[in-house]
Amino acid sequence: MSGASTLDILLWVVWPYVCLAVFVFGHWWRYHYDKFGWTTRSSQLYESRLLRWGSPLFHFGILFVFLGHVMGLGVPKSWTSAVGISDHLYHLMAITIGAVAGFCTIVGMIILIYRRRTVGPVFSATTRMDKAMYLVLAVVILLGLANTVGQVIGEYDYREGVSIWFRGIFRFSLHPDLMAAAPLTFQLHGFIAIFLFAMWPFTRLVHVFSAPIGYLWRPYIVYRAKPEGRLGSAPTRRGWDRSDLKR
Amino acid sequence: MKVMAQMAMVMNLDKCIGCHTCSVTCKQAWTNRSGVEYVWWNNVETRPGQGYPRTYEDQERWQGGWRLTRTGRLRLRAGSRLKNLVTIFSSPTMPAIQDYYEPWTYDYDTLISSPLTKHTPVAQPYSLISGQPMKISWSANWDDDLGGAPNVTQNDPILKKVSDEIKLEYERTFMFHLPRICEHCLNPSCAASCPSGAIYKRSEDGIVLVDQDKCRGWRKCVTGCPYKKVYFNHKTGKAEKCTFCFPRIEVGIPTVCSETCVGRLRYIGLVLYDADRVLDAASTEDEHELLAAQRSVFLDPDDPEVQREAEAAGIPHDWVRAAQRSPVWKLINRYEVALPLHPEYRTMPMVWYVPPLSPVVDQVQETGVDAEDVDTLFAAIESLRIPVEYLAELFTAGDTVPVTGVLHKLAAMRSYMRDLNLGRDPRPEIPAGVGMSEEDMYEMYRLLALAPYDERYVIPPAHSEQAHQLEELVTECAVANVDDGLEQDYAGVSGPFGEGSGEQSQPIAVETLQALRTRQTSDESWGPPDKHRRVNLLNWDGQGMPRGLFPRKRKGDVDE
Repeated sequence: MSGASTLDILLWVVWPYVCLAVFVFGHWWRYHYDKFGWTTRSSQLYESRLLRWGSPLFHFGILFVFLGHVMGLGVPKSWTSAVGISDHLYHLMAITIGAVAGFCTIVGMIILIYRRRTVGPVFSATTRMDKAMYLVLAVVILLGLANTVGQVIGEYDYREGVSIWFRGIFRFSLHPDLMAAAPLTFQLHGFIAIFLFAMWPFTRLVHVFSAPIGYLWRPYIVYRAKPEGRLGSAPTRRGWDRSDLKR
Repeated sequence: MKVMAQMAMVMNLDKCIGCHTCSVTCKQAWTNRSGVEYVWWNNVETRPGQGYPRTYEDQERWQGGWRLTRTGRLRLRAGSRLKNLVTIFSSPTMPAIQDYYEPWTYDYDTLISSPLTKHTPVAQPYSLISGQPMKISWSANWDDDLGGAPNVTQNDPILKKVSDEIKLEYERTFMFHLPRICEHCLNPSCAASCPSGAIYKRSEDGIVLVDQDKCRGWRKCVTGCPYKKVYFNHKTGKAEKCTFCFPRIEVGIPTVCSETCVGRLRYIGLVLYDADRVLDAASTEDEHELLAAQRSVFLDPDDPEVQREAEAAGIPHDWVRAAQRSPVWKLINRYEVALPLHPEYRTMPMVWYVPPLSPVVDQVQETGVDAEDVDTLFAAIESLRIPVEYLAELFTAGDTVPVTGVLHKLAAMRSYMRDLNLGRDPRPEIPAGVGMSEEDMYEMYRLLALAPYDERYVIPPAHSEQAHQLEELVTECAVANVDDGLEQDYAGVSGPFGEGSGEQSQPIAVETLQALRTRQTSDESWGPPDKHRRVNLLNWDGQGMPRGLFPRKRKGDVDE
């Protein structure tokens, strides 16, 4: 950490921790405060011709982009070398798969944003938070794709830089200097992506954490007993508390 | 044997006049909110007709319900669990808003704020979806009473199945009304389709509900339900469906649609069934056998062994008693005149129908022949194949034998009762001819024709030992949560994360149903206990101090 300027520490140590704290606490808070609002907010009822192409392209694209980030940021270089993947092979894989996935994501996103803007009912169902989130997400994805494509010509090896810094955040071994030395597009991508995490719990992105994987194993029909001693729809809230006073 | 209780309904279609009172009162009670403008938990369709949403019965297209695999296993028609998950980002066969209808309102303000003009101002229709002016071209009941026939009626998927037999010549047109609510199936494919597991069947009374806190808006239930009775609230992004008015059922009063039914054609009661045999019955290979299979799943509440098992399963004694008195059980299994809607969807639906004899009677009457004579009616049922085959496609997967059997019973009841009512000698050979005793025939007549309230609705309150806890004071001010500034109105107000987010005040407990029941069943006009001491401030002119303006002083109160 020595040699890092105050700005570097603010940008690459304080900022990530603040945003991650908001991310974690925000989700906890949202889940407790707003289970009812925790949804995908699908607009398929209004329009499905464009959605049929845009949504799967975007979602499957971004799933692969996520897996790519798990590989690139989460797995140290020494591990991949240990199983015999050469740097060259690794980069070839990362660039091809990353570019294809990123391209799908971008195309899907363009279709979805076009749909959201041009289909009247969909646009009027768009909240301000949605718009802000789309903007940030689009910038992050564009920068990310630029970084991936830039790998073809660029010299920068993010696995020696950004990745170590990223893992360090979770291991409390801080390397703001590595980030400070990264190219500008990587810095911007990282900085804005971290901001996206801070936004996350307050947007419709929360539906990511509802990915219904458990559906594959659970029984088809769910039975549930009425909650003990309570009828009607909802727990009685404070305003409805029955008075026990004897009159 | 695993005994479970199911709250079920039977509708007697002969008595439905298509007045839509059930739909309107249901709408007012439950779906009178933004986001569900297009939703009718209860709707009444004219048959033949396309239904709501349009052509929903065409499962080749809409992929609802279950199908049997070649190995005889039950599988969602929409595909395997994996396929369900993979197609989650864009549900392939979900109906669009246009398949229901685009809801609209009118620009009423024009009528009020228009300056003096030569012509009467006109309120234009505006879409409630896009907010733009629209041309109304379809609605939930566009083809009501065969409106638009034969062009619209042609697209009825059921009619297509029997269409070679049918020419929709107007003089031979027949029609009847089909009120529909959620079927609260024993084997609900909506619940099986839900990736989040938010749709559940209540183990006490079998009512199928959507947990609004667990629903994530994946929309798979809309596809999964072959009756298209799960709807997507486009404002909250959650699925909603008929709740069988469970807050009312729990205190022992019938659903809104039943209570307000003008024709008194709905019956509500319990059915005990063997949960262990549901899957087997639903997997019956021959579609024509599904009706018998489902009937065999139901358990006779008078059977001592069933009673023992029910007790072991924790079903309260008063519920077993109610199951014995259940009109639904009688109509389904004792008289065998009720039939399920589309058993071939293999969901084991629990809203059954007494098919209408009236299309047949009407046609006979038009020829001038005695339409109450049992032989004439029997002959007409045989010769008028169109109504019977159509009914069979609806209720028995195309098997005309059970439908004919039911219609024979209804015809026999007509004839037999006419003799009684005209003071002639009853003819015991009429009930015997359809395999019923005279007593049963009279009981069935009483249930179907007279339909006394207490016999139509046999609804045991949920756990009567807890029922007193349910009483909320109806006299209390309904403006709850005044101390909580974060609370919002239920309807139409945006939460911080989009429509309907944040904590909501629940619409269900607003009316105190227990008090409603007291009012309804009371012999006197009902009011709060201190009614005589109260003053209606709206009538008070502000002069003087009427008696009761202030509460009476109690002993020990001290004037300040």
